[in-house]
Amino acid sequence: MESTIIKSRNFNASFGTNHVVKNVNIDIPRNHIIAVMGPSGCGKTTYLRCVNRMHELIPGATSNGEMKLNEEDVYQMHPIFVRLKIGMVFQRPNPFPNLSIYDNVIAGYKLNGIKLPKAERDEIVERSLTKVALWKEVKDSLNKKGSFLSGGQQQRLCIARTVAMEPEVILFDEPTSALDPISTSTVEELFHELKTNYTLIIVTHNMQQAARVSDKTAFFFLGELVEYDETKTMFTNPKDQRTQNYITGRFS
Amino acid sequence: MAQLETELQLLKTEAVNMWTLVNSQLSKARQAFVTFDKDLAREVVLKEKRVNGSELKIDRDCENIFALFCPVAIDLRFLLAVLKINSNLERIGDIAEGIAKYIIDTESPFSEELLKATRILPMYEESVNMLSDTQDAFEKEDTILARSVFKKDDFLDNVNRSSHKVLEEYIKNHPEETSQALWILSTIRKLERVGDQAKNIAEEIIFYLEAKVLKHKGKFV
Repeated sequence: MESTIIKSRNFNASFGTNHVVKNVNIDIPRNHIIAVMGPSGCGKTTYLRCVNRMHELIPGATSNGEMKLNEEDVYQMHPIFVRLKIGMVFQRPNPFPNLSIYDNVIAGYKLNGIKLPKAERDEIVERSLTKVALWKEVKDSLNKKGSFLSGGQQQRLCIARTVAMEPEVILFDEPTSALDPISTSTVEELFHELKTNYTLIIVTHNMQQAARVSDKTAFFFLGELVEYDETKTMFTNPKDQRTQNYITGRFS
Repeated sequence: MAQLETELQLLKTEAVNMWTLVNSQLSKARQAFVTFDKDLAREVVLKEKRVNGSELKIDRDCENIFALFCPVAIDLRFLLAVLKINSNLERIGDIAEGIAKYIIDTESPFSEELLKATRILPMYEESVNMLSDTQDAFEKEDTILARSVFKKDDFLDNVNRSSHKVLEEYIKNHPEETSQALWILSTIRKLERVGDQAKNIAEEIIFYLEAKVLKHKGKFV
């Protein structure tokens, strides 16, 4: 039986008086890929940023309700610890431009002041780059700057940086929207590999991507979670008319 | 209207036109059968090419919509249903042509007694009605009407099941009409298949509208 890793109950988020995530209830199963889709402004990215407490970094942003990681209240945990357990990858590849590929991968350790012996660092770098299928491509140029890599490679480097911290959940905010189709395909294949060890929550505007890569899909509209179901069901027989209108392009 | 919606609307119109054509073929073959009108039977045979052309056009249009628009949900079910309905309609077109060819090849009209004994005429009428019902159900998106087709098929099955015995008896009493009796038996078998095709079509309409798969299940779900 699948176990729940992230559980939200009556979760709300606002920017000042603007209520953008409304009473969301969702159970996210471990080692699954969850796609989150919906029109612009529907609250999907805000919800994602609430999962690892990035939302609260914005001035005026508030939230309430339950957000649990392994039955532990995320909002009772130290935010840095939360972000170690719940990593995040953004829309545009953002490797540290002045750091080498090697240092980019272990940046999480360095920035958190975690000192490791060289052999252990080497092992983390190789393991993380292997997990994102980048090791073979960069193993002879680990000292080069991360910004020398192609867009797709940079995004995989950012995923490696996240994976290096051994999180349990990885949040992706439109991770391939800045990539060409070949790099997109490589990253999508990677999602399937990563799901063995991690739970992935992916915000995407690309419905075909949601259909291709995810096990379950959540549809947000006007801050509400309208429908959450197996991806196959969502794309063949959605229950809510709003979901059907959105995925069939009849949304006005 | 979104481009996909326009394409689906055009496809629906094409499917309805195909239905009308096939229904006309089946009805004309019936008319030719009842009145022993060989000219009308030849017309049915000639028009079969149009049915085939229409089938290919609908297949090609479905393929293009799949490739260009990646349809999902009700649009995906509609396309899958139209593909299968198209194939079933084409088969009914073949059956109408087959019946028309019998009429062209038969030398004399069928005897009234033979037609009455086998109940082939009411069977034929019911099969045409079933096809018309599926067309109406598709156009009006009426799954109640689609479901009514399953019940009508019982009569066709009944006539088909009894035909062997009835004709065996008839041949014993009218050995000079053996050849005609065999034509009738073959036509009954064809009409029974029309009933099956209409049932398949009704299942596809329900799948498209309700996302329910009735195949190999009880028909009154």
